Amino acid sequence: MNKKNRKWGALAAVGVLAIAFAWLIYGGLDNNVVYFLTPKELAAKGEKGFDVPVRLGGQVKPGSVKWDDKALDLQFRVTDGTGEIAVRSKGAPPQMFKDGMGVVVEGRYGRDGVFQSTSLMVKHSNEYKAPGKGEKPQEMYKTLMKGTGA
Amino acid sequence: MIRLLASNAILVGLVISVLGAILLPVAVNRGRRDWMMLGYAAVYTNFVLVTVATLALVWGLASHDFSISYVAQVGSRATPTFYGIISLWGALEGSIVFWAWVLGMYAAAVVWFNRKREGNLVPYAATTLLLVVLFFHILLVGPANPFHLVSPVPFDGPGPNPLLQNHILMAVHPPLLYLGYVGLTVPFAFAMGAMLSGEVASDDWIRLTRRWTIVAWGFLTAAIIAGMWWSYEVLGWGGYWAWDPVENASFIPWLTATAYLHSVMVQERRGMLKLWNLNLMVGTFVLTILGTFLTRSGIISSVHAFTQGTIGYYFLGFIAVVLLATLIMVAGNSDKLGSTGTLDSALSRDALFLMNNLFLTVFMFTVLIGTLFPLVAELVRGVKVSVGEPFFNRMSIPLMVGLLFLMGVGPALPWKRSTWPELRAKLIPGVILGLLLGAFGIWAGARNPYSILAFTFAGFAAAVNIGEFVSGANARVRAHGELWPVALSRLISGNRRRYGGYLSHLGIVLVAVGVSASATFRTEREATLQPGETITLAGKTLRLKGVWGREEKQRSVIGATMELLEGTKVVGVVEPRMNYYPTSAQPVPTPEVRTTWSGDIYLNLMAFKQDGSTATVKVIWEPLIPWIWFGGLVICLGAIVGVLPARKRVSAEADADGATVAAAGSAS
Repeated sequence: MNKKNRKWGALAAVGVLAIAFAWLIYGGLDNNVVYFLTPKELAAKGEKGFDVPVRLGGQVKPGSVKWDDKALDLQFRVTDGTGEIAVRSKGAPPQMFKDGMGVVVEGRYGRDGVFQSTSLMVKHSNEYKAPGKGEKPQEMYKTLMKGTGA
Repeated sequence: MIRLLASNAILVGLVISVLGAILLPVAVNRGRRDWMMLGYAAVYTNFVLVTVATLALVWGLASHDFSISYVAQVGSRATPTFYGIISLWGALEGSIVFWAWVLGMYAAAVVWFNRKREGNLVPYAATTLLLVVLFFHILLVGPANPFHLVSPVPFDGPGPNPLLQNHILMAVHPPLLYLGYVGLTVPFAFAMGAMLSGEVASDDWIRLTRRWTIVAWGFLTAAIIAGMWWSYEVLGWGGYWAWDPVENASFIPWLTATAYLHSVMVQERRGMLKLWNLNLMVGTFVLTILGTFLTRSGIISSVHAFTQGTIGYYFLGFIAVVLLATLIMVAGNSDKLGSTGTLDSALSRDALFLMNNLFLTVFMFTVLIGTLFPLVAELVRGVKVSVGEPFFNRMSIPLMVGLLFLMGVGPALPWKRSTWPELRAKLIPGVILGLLLGAFGIWAGARNPYSILAFTFAGFAAAVNIGEFVSGANARVRAHGELWPVALSRLISGNRRRYGGYLSHLGIVLVAVGVSASATFRTEREATLQPGETITLAGKTLRLKGVWGREEKQRSVIGATMELLEGTKVVGVVEPRMNYYPTSAQPVPTPEVRTTWSGDIYLNLMAFKQDGSTATVKVIWEPLIPWIWFGGLVICLGAIVGVLPARKRVSAEADADGATVAAAGSAS
């Protein structure tokens, strides 16, 4: 093989590989991109919103939290003010989980109208906020706290 | 006082780096050696000045000088002094100061070790380093200035981010990362120096550069492993890698640097891939700056992303300048970079290195695209998306398994060409051990084909790489009648880079086994317990003894005491905790990890009742996880072996010959 042919052959090989790679990446991204949606946006997707991975963001609707600590079953509703969606998750919620707080749940919205969450994150802003009145551990867990003075 | 001293040190450093960067090229043009020395003095002076600024900030943190804006931002009287000092890298401004210090140190070291070298490579490399130094001085004077005056001086500060003061690894991972990340500036500077001085066609500068690259690569590897360990020990999820953008930011340049360490050998031995290597070196540097942009601009939110400000634009501008300058330089030099050798056979080490580079480059683009895609999607289509782990796993697992296979084949193949019979002898032990390990994986319950392949190829690669040590030492025993250990140590010190490389391969094998085992056989269980109740997982039984609370100086702690049982006997106590820092209502999980020979028992306190009557705990059985940390250590040992100077009587020239002797010896 002469030098010129060899060069074109190599270029063609690289081209084919690049296209194959681009196709793989495209397919991979197409199936695995997780949209970040609010309850309203998820509901507006209709049929297309079911059974695809979604990150659902919003507030925990006050009074909606049901936590069964024996079955480790957590149910609550996520709201964005206008829409709301029922969420069900396995495992203990974060210790600070409570009504009205910002959450991001990752999972899939089932046709039964319940969002099955695989991971639950409490949304905290980048700026640290000192615990407010009654939120200090010393106050909340009075029965447990002993000062060691260390 | 300290504040003024430090601000002025940075200002003078900025001026000096400008002067040096102008003086050095002029000195080269005029052929003035004495001016050149003056330019080098600028590099040393800059190092002294950034050291002053860094020490001033450390002193400010240690002495709670809240008149310094950075100390007021991250300092606190309640924080233990040690964690106070290491919050030097706990927020944006301090991390840039530390970056500038590490960069100043590398620049001074490069100039010092090469100050007597003839030619124009070093002065131009020093110029490049000074220009990068200048960029960081501009950041320190502008958007990342830690030395603003705070008035009136507050009595106390909020303290560092709780996550960053909860574990000792926070003192280890960041410095290692900076040493690795910033160290990759050195090969870039040499590449620019080679192009500017016209020495790019000679291979001399490549020899000079490779050792620096191994140093930076070793630190970066150690940093990535330490970061995984930190994530595992601190975040409470029992994992160590989530394809988080900041993890990717450290991993992407690691891939190209690894590719370079391999392909540079093809250039040295066979005169090929010169242009490619230059691109890898320059590209690696650009990727480190891109990574810094991702993690420091606040464009993504994570524990690493500190503040939102204008600093992102500075980084974008810098990336644009570097890309433009390097594109022009590389294009202008490409005619000098033709290959002097050709690829003879697909069954040769040359060809394997090409495959290795192909895999690593594809891997790099995969991670890069996955990382940048959410940013592009938001910019172009205005949608908020994230690229999940399934994408990265689907793309990267085949690549990793393929690389593991190449790592086993490569060392067995000679340069240029080889024949099946000679290959067969070298590969047979590998095939046997590979099949054994693969079968063991299936026996242990692995069903995922990639997982089985990973075990198989890990065994294969381990046997082939160990085989290189054994056959090389055996050849020496036969040839020189040395004792086996003596032969082994002489074999290694005769060609440190080669055997350091094989040692690193063995480290990678350990990491690969740890990763596949923990991904395949991990089991977990979560339960809400009352005191006296037990939870059993993977044959281990734990009993809740009680829930307690305690106040410490800088935090409040809630913990659960769990007894590890064997039958009815208590054989150990494990205490997962939650630490509450005053600046955050959200507790920091503090899992406890109990390491055994076959894996870790990972125990995390998930929740508890306010009165202490129950605790919800998660127990994870993590098989072979410690192998990952140990493997990381072995990889770094390999880097150390590879970078230590050769024995005195072995000159640089003989170093290259030694490889042929050893190769011939091992083939005999």
